[in-house]
Amino acid sequence: MSDVETEAPADEQTTTETERRSTDAPILEIRDLEKRFGGIVAVDGASFGVERGSITGLIGPNGAGKSTTFNCITGVHTPNAGSVVFDGEEITGLEPHEVANRGLVRTFQIAREFPEMTVLENMMLAPKGQLGESLWRSVAPVARGEVVEQEERMRERAWETLEFFEIDHLAEEYAGNLSGGQRKLLEMARALLTDPEMLLLDEPMAGVNPSLEKKLLGHIHELQAEGYTFLLVEHDMDVIMNHCEHIIVMHQGAVLAEGTADDITSNEEVIEAYLGGDV
Amino acid sequence: MTARDDVSEALSRQPQWIRDVLLVGGIVLATYALFAVVGLAFGVGVNSIVGTFQQITFFAAVYALTALALNLHWGYTGLFNIGVAGFMAVGAYTMAMLTAAPDGSPPGLGLPLIVGVVGGMIAAAAVGFVAALPALRVRADYFAIVTLGLSEIIRRAMLSRSLRSFELGGYSIGSITVPTVELGTGGGSGIRAPSTDVIANYLLFAGGERGGDPTILGDVLFGLGGALGVTRSIMIQGTYTLVLIGFVVAFYVLLTRIAYSPFGRVLKAIREDELAARSLGKNTNRTKIKVFMLGCALMGLAGILWQGSRTLVSPNNFMPIVTFYIFVALIVGGSGSNTGSIVGGFVFAAFLWEGPRFIRSIARANFDVRAPPTIYDAFASLGSFDPMPLVGYLIGSLDEIRFIFIGVVLIVLMIWRPDGLLGHRKEIAAATDLSRRPAVTDGGETDE
Amino acid sequence: MSTVDVRGRVSDVTGQELVGAFLLLGIVVLVFDLIRQVVVGELSAGLLRSYLWSGIVDSLYIGLAAIGLSMTYSILRFANFSHGDLITTGAFSGWTVAYVIGGAGVAEFSSRILLRADGGAPPGALEMDVLANPLAIVLGLIASAVVTIAVALAIDRLIYRRLRDEGGIPLLIASVGVALALRYLIALFYTTDSRGVVGSAPEWEDPPLLPVEAIDLHEATLVFSAVALMLGVHLLLQYTKLGKSMRAMSDNKDLALITGIPTERVIFATWVIGAGLAGVAGYLIVLDRGTIMINLGWFLLLLIFAAVILGGIGSIYGALAGSLVIGITINLSLVWIPADMNEIAAFALMILVLIFRPDGLFSGVETA
Repeated sequence: MSDVETEAPADEQTTTETERRSTDAPILEIRDLEKRFGGIVAVDGASFGVERGSITGLIGPNGAGKSTTFNCITGVHTPNAGSVVFDGEEITGLEPHEVANRGLVRTFQIAREFPEMTVLENMMLAPKGQLGESLWRSVAPVARGEVVEQEERMRERAWETLEFFEIDHLAEEYAGNLSGGQRKLLEMARALLTDPEMLLLDEPMAGVNPSLEKKLLGHIHELQAEGYTFLLVEHDMDVIMNHCEHIIVMHQGAVLAEGTADDITSNEEVIEAYLGGDV
Repeated sequence: MTARDDVSEALSRQPQWIRDVLLVGGIVLATYALFAVVGLAFGVGVNSIVGTFQQITFFAAVYALTALALNLHWGYTGLFNIGVAGFMAVGAYTMAMLTAAPDGSPPGLGLPLIVGVVGGMIAAAAVGFVAALPALRVRADYFAIVTLGLSEIIRRAMLSRSLRSFELGGYSIGSITVPTVELGTGGGSGIRAPSTDVIANYLLFAGGERGGDPTILGDVLFGLGGALGVTRSIMIQGTYTLVLIGFVVAFYVLLTRIAYSPFGRVLKAIREDELAARSLGKNTNRTKIKVFMLGCALMGLAGILWQGSRTLVSPNNFMPIVTFYIFVALIVGGSGSNTGSIVGGFVFAAFLWEGPRFIRSIARANFDVRAPPTIYDAFASLGSFDPMPLVGYLIGSLDEIRFIFIGVVLIVLMIWRPDGLLGHRKEIAAATDLSRRPAVTDGGETDE
Repeated sequence: MSTVDVRGRVSDVTGQELVGAFLLLGIVVLVFDLIRQVVVGELSAGLLRSYLWSGIVDSLYIGLAAIGLSMTYSILRFANFSHGDLITTGAFSGWTVAYVIGGAGVAEFSSRILLRADGGAPPGALEMDVLANPLAIVLGLIASAVVTIAVALAIDRLIYRRLRDEGGIPLLIASVGVALALRYLIALFYTTDSRGVVGSAPEWEDPPLLPVEAIDLHEATLVFSAVALMLGVHLLLQYTKLGKSMRAMSDNKDLALITGIPTERVIFATWVIGAGLAGVAGYLIVLDRGTIMINLGWFLLLLIFAAVILGGIGSIYGALAGSLVIGITINLSLVWIPADMNEIAAFALMILVLIFRPDGLFSGVETA
């Protein structure tokens, strides 16, 4: 985390007019996104934007197309139509790793840890630009020195991040042995080590006990203060209403309403959609 | 030299490795001792005991080589490749076609052995690349069937009469004329190529010709053999086996370095959850292609060292069953562990492969165990309280019993011990020790 | 293979369609070439007819076995590598019963019980054909199904049941172990020698209404039995409650569990049908070919997998259609390629389908 903080101010001095404008523009913009599976239309022309540095919530009843939207943004699915723009760059239809390497990193509804790897191994996988991920560097005797140095630097960061999330006592445990909530923490900690600009969290509070939930929300706010952007899908309305500055409501594959918590709670259409008045 | 330094460096850093070397050494010595004691007790001569050791060690080495290569695919990356025999065939056949004599039947190119070996590895990697490009996208069980199908296509192509001998080239592109080259697979009768065990001749005889003056190593080994009453031919075979052990060590060092590296970490992540790895920015497809090609090249090399050491490279040595033997070896040792692959290769060779043969030769030498023509006759005499015909029949059918045994071992392992004999081994994929907490030690110590 | 196109239009769908189109184009070209060869006279109509007929015969026994493989693949969720050796089990058990019953008084019991493992009286002497020994042949057929079912159920109870929740790969590996153990257990009794066990097939000269000079009655028995059994499976799946449960479970096991379909009972039925048909297939293959060997089923296994995959795993009608494609492919390909390469064509087709149309050649068509 500290890396992001220290590097950011140096650049700010030289920011030009256009770049400043781009920082005002949404960091993530979805336009007319459409995804069909066979005859079923899961996402039907959804459009919305996420402000830089915000915590934005994405809600909607089951089957509203939230997860599919997430999958289309992160490259798991290729949308049938529409576009996804991240940080001024078109990323529609890119592979998941390409999206992640541009700084848009996700977590999953059911945490996807690497169960037969230790928590530390899970963490060490995440950082970008690892020299040792090239085959010859990891094998050739001469080139390995740099790899080891880099590994030691990453190890420090891995430990720091684990301490930040207060799961450092589990560092040498197999990730598969962790509880559901701990896995969620691990997944978020791991995502942070990739140095993302923005995190997409798919139901980060599902299966997390109340005290851990509070802690997790605290972490999210701290990270927001450091400059990260968050988009979360969440079912827990308290979390959404109390912690998200901006809320997007999806219904039947399209965006039904957008706004602050107050806007949403007073919106007739939203209430109707949730109460299941129609269809 | 550097390799040795690396090994010792790694050994000092990973005390587990020392334990592993001791473990492998202990299992090997205990097994030899067992065979020797049993053999001597039943009056087997030293020469044939040493011959059995040499056979066991040979098969242990080739199964360790192939199991290590397969471990890279399956144990580390989760690529369920059951076409190992096919990739071995590509390596061995390419080697044979490159090095066979041009006036032979089928004709080859007559190139030096080393060209054949390198060519075989490249060819196996290339076939792996072609297979990997589309196939890595499919599910694990589909991938298994694709690779099995591919290995059968390769074997049947080698078996086919229409490729027994063929001509390449003989046309011109612009001003360049490609000369006509005669090549062939030899069809069902195989291809006769210089055997890779000539390496042993070079080590033992001045000039590399069997029957020439022995080298210093030759003098020492033959002297030792003479003192124990072991024939020269066993010593020559044993020397080739030593060369194979050298390759096992090289494979092990290479694969262990991969295992303890960020690259190996990505491999493990692919095995555990590929989508999660991709979502963390890892280009898993490229990694899978790389690792598949490397594994195939190693399988090709193993095929060359194994089948290339026979006088004939023939299609029957690359039946799908060979792949399953390698799987048994890997599973016995525990997939995912390189040390396990070596232990598995050895245990498979000693107890499942050579053990039954050893028992048979002892039984035949010591008891009157002529086999009756059918099992019916054996049971019939059991009715008249004579168990010997049944024993004789079973001894005579030891090959079948061995296959049954291998099958049962595989089943038992899958049900009760899926992690292999060594159990679950914690091998952390990182180039450095992760457990050291930076805050406690000021991060001051970097052990390099 | 996508990514390049920004709009994401180059997705898997078009890639699959492309390969499908290429396959179709290839088939059209081959059909035209076939017509040309027949018209020009390079290929006699009689030869073409015999290729097609062998293709159909091959596809029938492959199809019988493929039904069971497809069912276990979709309901038990693993690629069963021991299915080929169930075929072998059926062949040996069925013919043993046929010999014990049929050859009484002609050959020694010790020879008959082990199917001439001692090289005893030849099948001709025992009059092992459908006309001379119909009762023995029919009882053998029934025995092949019964014994194979019993063996498969025992294996399931002893081995596969313990691994039910371990996922497809451990089960696949265990099934390889089962295949080895089962095959060589048979070999321990019957030896590994390949040998003739069926007398030469009686023929029906000048049958009415058919454009052939004579009908091989063993082949006719195979065709008749196979078609009847396939029809029976069809009726079972469509019109019984059990059949409907099986179809539901092959679609979605979890859903079937929730909706209260008794899983273990369906699994039991799967083995009964799958293994029974595999055993009969093995028996009929031997009836048609005349010889028996322990690698009989193992050598067929990959072709059966190919048929199942071509038809789309889990679809029984797909498996039958896939068998027809494979049967025709390995026979009709002889028009263009040498006989020892014909299985290469079938395997290549299988690999292409697995990679580019993993739901089978007929995916999109509504099947059971």
